[in-house]
Amino acid sequence: MALCEKAVILDADGIRRALTRIAHEIIEKNKGVDSIALIGIRRRGVPLAERLARRISEIEGKEVPIGILDITLYRDDLTTITHQPVIHKTEIPFAVDSKTVVLVDDVLFTGRTVRAALDAIIDLGRPEAIQLAVLVDRGHRELPIRADYVGKNLPTSKKEIISVYLTELDELDKAVIEVDTA
Amino acid sequence: MGLNRKDLLGVKDLTVDEIRLILETAGPMKDIIGRQIKKVPTLRGKTVINLFYEPSTRTRTSFELAGKYMSADTINISTSTSSVVKGETLKDTAKTLEVMGADVVVIRHAAAGAPHILSKHLSAAVINAGDGFHEHPTQALLDMFTIKEKKGSISGLKVAIVGDILHSRVARSNIWGLTKMGAEVRVVGPSTLIPPEVEKLGVTTFTSLEEGLRDTDVIMVLRIQLERQQKGLFPTIREYARHYGVTAERVRLARPDALVMHPGPINRGVEIAPEVADGIQAVINEQVTNGVAVRMALLYLLAGGGNPHEAIS
Repeated sequence: MALCEKAVILDADGIRRALTRIAHEIIEKNKGVDSIALIGIRRRGVPLAERLARRISEIEGKEVPIGILDITLYRDDLTTITHQPVIHKTEIPFAVDSKTVVLVDDVLFTGRTVRAALDAIIDLGRPEAIQLAVLVDRGHRELPIRADYVGKNLPTSKKEIISVYLTELDELDKAVIEVDTA
Repeated sequence: MGLNRKDLLGVKDLTVDEIRLILETAGPMKDIIGRQIKKVPTLRGKTVINLFYEPSTRTRTSFELAGKYMSADTINISTSTSSVVKGETLKDTAKTLEVMGADVVVIRHAAAGAPHILSKHLSAAVINAGDGFHEHPTQALLDMFTIKEKKGSISGLKVAIVGDILHSRVARSNIWGLTKMGAEVRVVGPSTLIPPEVEKLGVTTFTSLEEGLRDTDVIMVLRIQLERQQKGLFPTIREYARHYGVTAERVRLARPDALVMHPGPINRGVEIAPEVADGIQAVINEQVTNGVAVRMALLYLLAGGGNPHEAIS
């Protein structure tokens, strides 16, 4: 697969501003962050959750716990994909019971990853509520799932590929539309 | 990246990368065992059949739990209650299980090579749970997982395998695995219980336990099968325990942070002293837990989909 960049949706400043706004929205909607925990979905949800936690602590002066979720074992397409995914650790160092868990991911597309994440979290306990924060919502949902916090709503064609690059894992911060030229 | 094979028949033919993948996959699986809800839906709708032609408690239970924690349906067949007593051949038994829908057949058999024969006739994945004196790959993998977890890495460690090397499939699989992963392996035991030319496998032989244990990072004690004495391979159990029993005093010859391992079941006071088996350096109970994790990893890697294998007609 050869990817060619078609357009930049969010640059580094755009990502920063979107995360700052989402941090404010999380605090406002939940009237503080006392029972909030952030859980990033591997891989790019993880640095996004860390950044949100930093913003929240700057704004509210309170630390929120962060967890990492690997949803591979809960995927619904394991029997159909050709390359078997490698399993990584789920690291949630707090009890999810009676917490308001904010799931964090980079792109919301079909909703299947979020469905898997919901099942994975519920197997860990019974949170008070689960909310969803995404950097980009690109539409084309296949399940009745919606995000509570969205960095950018972006109507896309199904053929387009939306990629998020973050400095923790990549060279720079950006969200782009790519097309497969191969 | 998955395992590039349909079956797990032995450690001998695994690559270093495959061993690494299995051990790395077992880590997240171990976390699942520690949770309140010890179940993930990954193998929903898959069937694992444990076909045991030899008695076993821990290996069979371990595979059964591993399958259940992954949401597979697991069924145990012990040969004393099966059609095997009516004279059905291994191949026919296995074929019958496959047409009933088995996705994985776990087999333990007294004949070396039995799992290999099955694998040729079945499109289901075959896992060797011990074949004769040949291999017991899942035991070696769980041993390597335990060592890696405790020591960080296997490469460069000195590992002494002590006891009846000649009749031990655990020793054989561990020798293949540990040497591949870069450990320095010693085998220690009376010369009657050490296979001839074992050095060709890349190990050093010691007939003195004291010398063999000196400066080791891992002491792997094997169960001494009491029936071997009748064959005259060692004079008496007491005599064996006196020369080759791993006592607290002898453990002190190894490195102070050396691990003491045993695949179980243990003969207390024979190959291992009770205070060693229950001591702080022993990781025998953790080996059992890790066994479930490693078997969950293997079930995922062999039957978790995404790796279509051609059916064998």
